[in-house]
Amino acid sequence: MSRPPRQPLFLARQTYRWRRATDAARLLPILGVLLFLFPLLRGGGGTAAYSAYMFMVWLALIIAAAFLSNRLSPPRNETEDEDGG
Amino acid sequence: MIPFNILVAVCVAYAAFLFAVAFVAERRAEAGQLGWLRSPLIYTLSLSVYCTAWTFYGAVGYAARSGLEFVTIYIGPTLVFVGWWWLLRKLVRIGRTQRITSIADLISSRYGKSNFLAAIVTILAVVGTTPYIALQLQSVTLSFSVFALEDLRPWVPSDLNATAIWVAAGLALFTVLFGTRNLDANERHHGVVTAIAVEALVKLLALLAVGVFVVWGVAGGMGQVADRIAESPLAETTFQGGRWAGITFLSAAAIITLPRMFQVLVVENADERHLATASWAFPLYLFLMSLFVVPIAVVGLQTQPEGANPDLFVLTIPLSMGAEGVATLSFLGGFSAATSMVIVASIALSTMVSNHIVMPLWLYVQGRGATVSGDVRRVVLMSRRLSIAAVMTLGYLYFRLTGGTEALAAIGLIAFTGVAQVLPALVGGIFWRGATKRGAVAGLLTGFFLWGYTLFLPSFGPGGVMSPELLQHGPWGIEWLRPHALLGVAGLDPLIHAVFWSLTLNTVAFLAVSLSGFPSPLERLQGAQFVNVFEHSTGVQGWLRGAAEAEDLLVMSQRILGSEKAQTMFHTAASGQGKAGYLPDTTPGFLEQLERELAGSVGAATSHAMVGQIVGRSSVSVEDLMAVADETAQMMEHSIQLEAKSEEISRTARQLREANEKLTEISVQKDAFLSQVSHELRTPMTSIRAFSEILKSDTPLAAEDRARYSQIIHDEAIRLTRLLDDLLDLSVLENGEVQLNTQTGDLQDLLSRAITAATASDGPNLRVARDGTTDPVVLTTDTDRLSQVFINLIANARKYCTAETPRLTIRVRQNKGSVEVDFVDNGDGIPKRSQSIIFEKFSRLGDRNAAGGAGLGLAICREIMANLGGDIAYVPGQGGAAFRVRLPLDVAKAA
Repeated sequence: MSRPPRQPLFLARQTYRWRRATDAARLLPILGVLLFLFPLLRGGGGTAAYSAYMFMVWLALIIAAAFLSNRLSPPRNETEDEDGG
Repeated sequence: MIPFNILVAVCVAYAAFLFAVAFVAERRAEAGQLGWLRSPLIYTLSLSVYCTAWTFYGAVGYAARSGLEFVTIYIGPTLVFVGWWWLLRKLVRIGRTQRITSIADLISSRYGKSNFLAAIVTILAVVGTTPYIALQLQSVTLSFSVFALEDLRPWVPSDLNATAIWVAAGLALFTVLFGTRNLDANERHHGVVTAIAVEALVKLLALLAVGVFVVWGVAGGMGQVADRIAESPLAETTFQGGRWAGITFLSAAAIITLPRMFQVLVVENADERHLATASWAFPLYLFLMSLFVVPIAVVGLQTQPEGANPDLFVLTIPLSMGAEGVATLSFLGGFSAATSMVIVASIALSTMVSNHIVMPLWLYVQGRGATVSGDVRRVVLMSRRLSIAAVMTLGYLYFRLTGGTEALAAIGLIAFTGVAQVLPALVGGIFWRGATKRGAVAGLLTGFFLWGYTLFLPSFGPGGVMSPELLQHGPWGIEWLRPHALLGVAGLDPLIHAVFWSLTLNTVAFLAVSLSGFPSPLERLQGAQFVNVFEHSTGVQGWLRGAAEAEDLLVMSQRILGSEKAQTMFHTAASGQGKAGYLPDTTPGFLEQLERELAGSVGAATSHAMVGQIVGRSSVSVEDLMAVADETAQMMEHSIQLEAKSEEISRTARQLREANEKLTEISVQKDAFLSQVSHELRTPMTSIRAFSEILKSDTPLAAEDRARYSQIIHDEAIRLTRLLDDLLDLSVLENGEVQLNTQTGDLQDLLSRAITAATASDGPNLRVARDGTTDPVVLTTDTDRLSQVFINLIANARKYCTAETPRLTIRVRQNKGSVEVDFVDNGDGIPKRSQSIIFEKFSRLGDRNAAGGAGLGLAICREIMANLGGDIAYVPGQGGAAFRVRLPLDVAKAA
């Protein structure tokens, strides 16, 4: 049994954008980790300023996630995981 | 001040409100009006069971002690949700396709449905969660006591215990009522989830209200707050890198592995798309929950008296400022946080305990295995209810035993670490096909043990469970086994030390054992199903119930049952539900009936899988497949048996046909025999009559003619007599009625006498030669009959041998327990086509008058030999007619 060709080599614009959105969704938590751990490099400082920084990062992550979730929400039934899961 | 009675009344009213919410939600769900009950908002809010009383009250206390570090508890879950595309999406999909009921079920299902593994996870979960439930009870009683301090009438401690009992009992009642309404794990607990969502709103509003009150009511705006922070002991934050990263990781792990989180996140998930909303909405919820924590802590530290419990600032600040409304709201928020956690945790735990510990034991005790009869459902429900009560009782007992101690306050992170031990097996199981059951067991047991040794047991304090000496110097004085400094790794925070050792060694054991083993077929299949879940399952679909589904079922049933029968059945079911048309609601009852109906055609397992495919949106599990295979095997066996039977029947038919043919043949032979006999009798009779008429006539005859005619009559009469004798003889022989006259004699003698007798009368000259052994062969048989055969054969040779100088060779040979006598002449022999009929009656070759016999001789010989236990056969290819008489020697001797 020969496998049917899995995926076309080039994708339509919409699908391409959707794929990149999934990439971004995967990268977002990594960015979050970096930003949240960043203060550790500096060692310490004023609580008020750090609080502000933390909550800013937090809010930015939430907004980014909301944006991406909106992009990803229309369900795609095609093979979703190009990395094979 | 709020009197105690009014507080209790508020509490009871709030509880009654929650009951009502749950009840209404259940009602709506039953009526099929799901609507907002399954919205992403409800899902997101239900996830807030993560925020327990420990976080509601404790976050402020945490901030008052350690500053900003408290956010790590929320950052971990935020990262997991923001990264939902990695893990949560897969987890939820697996949960739906595999019909997962709990985290223990997920682990056991992934590793070949191992109940042992499920039991380990269940025990781990119970050990980790019971103290947590106790913590919730404690926070409720503490919050009551805060009001009690303000009350005029002083409370006694027994009041606190009574409060805890009442709260525990009320929670147990609620959970049993709304958490065990039905069995099917795919059915959502709509009532519970809705109530939890309401509670989530209450606690969020409460905390925000306190925050707003503190910032703008007490401190006087954000700017003022910043100043106050700068003046407070929390002004400077020093980041402890290990703790910061460690707790972030721990809370990220906990959001997935906590039994209650798994329950709302995966099991209660109604639609995969809700996860997309929750991916930002839940972090937003956490964000709002922690927004005012630092200001509250700072203001609390500055306004509350020295030594006040910072865990209760959320309550004590508004109370001390006289804002009773805010305080009451805050109290209800804390109450909500505590109760929602206890309710969901006990549902999750009871499912696990009942499915993986109680039911296997019950089935084992019953001894009959899972022969599902009606009452199993009742047993499962009962075991769940009892499990809920048991979990609640355990929590209460734990609270009574350790209540108020430091141990209980610290239990939050300790519990996180405990349940996080599931993480390697979980993540490994859904991303790595090589993960095996042995590996998971090894990892879990290692992690569980190290967690208990380095964190849980020491948390009871020196002298609690572990002696001070053990904590200080390790068991038996072995320093490098000290619970807080394994292998000499001292100087780490005890929590981080435990997290590091338990999870590292857990992962190492899991990987090493997985790599070295070979999984069972079921494990490998399940592994493939889990890891490649997106390739095996259909896309995002909701749990839509309705016409489309019923139509699919109808289409399928028509194919199997035939369209008329299927339509009748659907129509009947629809009108039974009071609906017109052919599409009934797919109620469990109807599905059960349909499944049974289909099972009649395709087998139970197949029909279950087919209906499940359409209704459950679930992929066929390996067990289903195995059941289907079993059924197919049974059917194949059945059809093989049928085939064998039909073969047997056709064999019998063939035998009957053969018998019939034989009978017809025999009947034909009989007819032929009769006509032969009458013909044979008729010929001599005719000549006798003719000649006797001549003799009787008056015509004078010469004397010699008279004599000749008389001779003819005489000869014919003799021939007639001989014929009748032969016929009589043959009939006796054929019917086996012959009386054998057994006596002992020598074969050589018999032959000699037979030769003499056969060659005595007039006729062609025949030279007889004797060949082979001349030793005496002693026989015990009917020698007269045997002689008759010999004489017949010799006479035949004499009569029919066509050679010019006829010669007969008689050869005697002893051969393997039998003696053979060959009679071979030098004539032309018998033509091949006639060889098969020479032993038949009246078979005569060539000119029948030539020999003057009736053609019964060889037939008689054959019958005689059969009666003597031997046989006679024609032996072709001997240079003439050759007959072989065989007589078994042993029979001959024995006879």
